[in-house]
Amino acid sequence: MLEAIQSALSFLPDGLVTLLIILLKIFALLLPLLGAVAYLTLAERKVIGYIQIRIGPNRVGPRGLLQPIADAVKLMFKETILPTNANLFLFILAPILTIGPAMAAWAVVPFDDGLVIADIDASLLYILAMTSLGVYGIIIAGWASNSKYAFLGALRSAAQIVSYEIAMGFALVGVLLAAGSLNLGEIVMAQQGSVIQWFMWPLLPLFLIYFISGLAETNRAPFDVAEGESEIVAGFHVEYSAMTFSVFFLAEYANIILISLLTAAMFMGGWLSPFEGILPESMLTGGGLGLLLGSGIHWLLLKTAFFMFLFLWIRATYPRYRYDQIMRLGWKVFIPITIVWLMVVAAMVVGNVGPWFD
Amino acid sequence: MEQTIFYIFSTVLVLSAGAVVTVRNPVFAALFLVLAFFTSAAIWILLEAEFLALTLVLVYVGAVMVLFLFVVMMLDINLTVLREGFARYLPVGLLVAVIMVAQLVYIVGPARFGLDKFPAPPPRDADYSNTREIGLVLYTEYLFAFELAAVILVVAIIAAIALTLRKRVKTNFMKPEEQVLVKSKDRVRLVKMATEKQDD
Repeated sequence: MLEAIQSALSFLPDGLVTLLIILLKIFALLLPLLGAVAYLTLAERKVIGYIQIRIGPNRVGPRGLLQPIADAVKLMFKETILPTNANLFLFILAPILTIGPAMAAWAVVPFDDGLVIADIDASLLYILAMTSLGVYGIIIAGWASNSKYAFLGALRSAAQIVSYEIAMGFALVGVLLAAGSLNLGEIVMAQQGSVIQWFMWPLLPLFLIYFISGLAETNRAPFDVAEGESEIVAGFHVEYSAMTFSVFFLAEYANIILISLLTAAMFMGGWLSPFEGILPESMLTGGGLGLLLGSGIHWLLLKTAFFMFLFLWIRATYPRYRYDQIMRLGWKVFIPITIVWLMVVAAMVVGNVGPWFD
Repeated sequence: MEQTIFYIFSTVLVLSAGAVVTVRNPVFAALFLVLAFFTSAAIWILLEAEFLALTLVLVYVGAVMVLFLFVVMMLDINLTVLREGFARYLPVGLLVAVIMVAQLVYIVGPARFGLDKFPAPPPRDADYSNTREIGLVLYTEYLFAFELAAVILVVAIIAAIALTLRKRVKTNFMKPEEQVLVKSKDRVRLVKMATEKQDD
């Protein structure tokens, strides 16, 4: 399809065509992503509603399905309130600094074999670098708002994100040790064979720690002390309204989807079919049922949806951690476990321990 | 094309590096330093050093500068106090600056650092892994220096902790390992007794 577009645009100069194709790819990724973000908010309210034996939003459209659209329209037409004595330049810059890295990280995410915008060599490192930039938006928002609640939220969030980034980084080191590559596509392909080959088995502690650190990195319950409605109102975005607020919201949910997708890709075999090695090869290839049972983007989306559901489930189940407990969990529990398990993984890789590393 | 990109990034880099030392507000200075790090990472990517560039963003921008900003935001800096003695220290400052510039020019000037001395490396193939090459060199040729650096860092960590560690005498803190061992019968005693007749 891309070749067809390329030839149709051949009257334009070469560089411009490349630029247009890249822009097209970005739109093809971001539009479904923003749609998914919008409907994740609805899913969150519905799922938590059902868990708490309520119905959740059910007024706008059939079964409340148009609720995200109503929310978006409402947020767009609300007034953006700029606090007096706030630093206006940084106040406006903060949401942009949050959503920018959250979107940029998606550039290297593979959805299927070769289905990726930028297939770079060190894509795992790129994602880690980009997600680590998101904290600036939060800190700057807290400081520029000129509000004590916002500032406290920003400080909490900065300390928390920096702490859990270490555990998360160590978990990723384990993955790249096991896969022998920093490229996400190659990491997924290293898990080929059967369900047993998925990295969640040899890297089980790292898998759990990565996902829990992901909860902390995205400031989600039970680690949402940065928002902490019961103590500091809404934390770093207490002064934000209308679109500036919804941009923070978009970034948070885009990060949730990113973490879910990365967990699925790095530990649960990404787009690989769970029936590999169980069903005969002939059933997994070819048309019809083979398309459904064989490897493909639908498995990745299904696994991602499972982890997104876990995010919501955990939010509805666990009470918020106290701040010192969060810090203890990150520094005194997760980091030692990851370091020990890194040595175990290294020993397994060197010793060619089967069935994963032989 | 590449040259244009380089000049755009280096302009931003030089301007933001200048702004770090000239802006009044320390928070803005820290943010300009972040911008300077980020743009130099972009220039490193132009040099095909993607591992170093991404590590620069990850470590310096993503962690070190966050803590920096953290501290700077909590400081209550009085600028007039800071500017006292500016004229008095100016000659010393100027002398140091002149010597540093002279040293820089001597070392990285065109006589020693020109393109003829250090030609641009030939572009590598798409499957050339920068990360793998650095790892190979680091763990074979420079293993000793690498481990030495690691030991020095550990010593620095221990020193920093030892300097800031103080035992507060009267604080209540919980020991989770004791908390999880608590049984309900340690805390609550259920007593069975006959109902007593109430006096009228």
